[in-house]
Amino acid sequence: MMALAVTLALALVAAAIALSFWRLLIGPSAPDRILALDTLYINTIALLILLGLRLNSNLYFEAALLIAVIGFVGTLALCKYLLRGDIIE
Amino acid sequence: MLEALLSLLILAGALFTFIGSLGLARLPDFFTRLHAPTKATTLGVGSLLIASAIHFSTQGEGLSLHEVLVTLFLFITAPVSGHLLGKTGLHLRLPRLGKQADGGLPPGLPPG
Repeated sequence: MMALAVTLALALVAAAIALSFWRLLIGPSAPDRILALDTLYINTIALLILLGLRLNSNLYFEAALLIAVIGFVGTLALCKYLLRGDIIE
Repeated sequence: MLEALLSLLILAGALFTFIGSLGLARLPDFFTRLHAPTKATTLGVGSLLIASAIHFSTQGEGLSLHEVLVTLFLFITAPVSGHLLGKTGLHLRLPRLGKQADGGLPPGLPPG
């Protein structure tokens, strides 16, 4: 029962990633694309957690944490660049 | 019983993640698009992490607290990045929908 739920959930998250990628491609403005990247990394964290549940492994949380940290810093840097024209003033 | 609860949490989490991305792809202007994923995906990943924490805590290897770290980090950073993205959108004066007299969305919206 849980295997079926995890498979269904993996399909749903994959569809979510496809939708975010669609927004990343069509834009139309730069903040739209940053928002799409932000959503993409959160979706990737969900995918990694589901993979850990499916393979019954604890290893994937470190990867999820790394993606969370680096994705946040990336979003912050891109927003800062658009806001101020510079990242570290 | 436990398995049913876990399945429910996993499906709810995946559904919320999907709805967040659907909003990102379908809503008409930047500020409405900002609204959908920042809330829905946080809720979705939150319930997935709760399911994962329960699953690995009942494997007989003691309490599993990796998930709490990820949850805490996401719940602290999601509002910060949402706020900064909103500020960027305001700064660049992105086009936005006006409010109609009846409070609804304007007619004839371009799809997506």
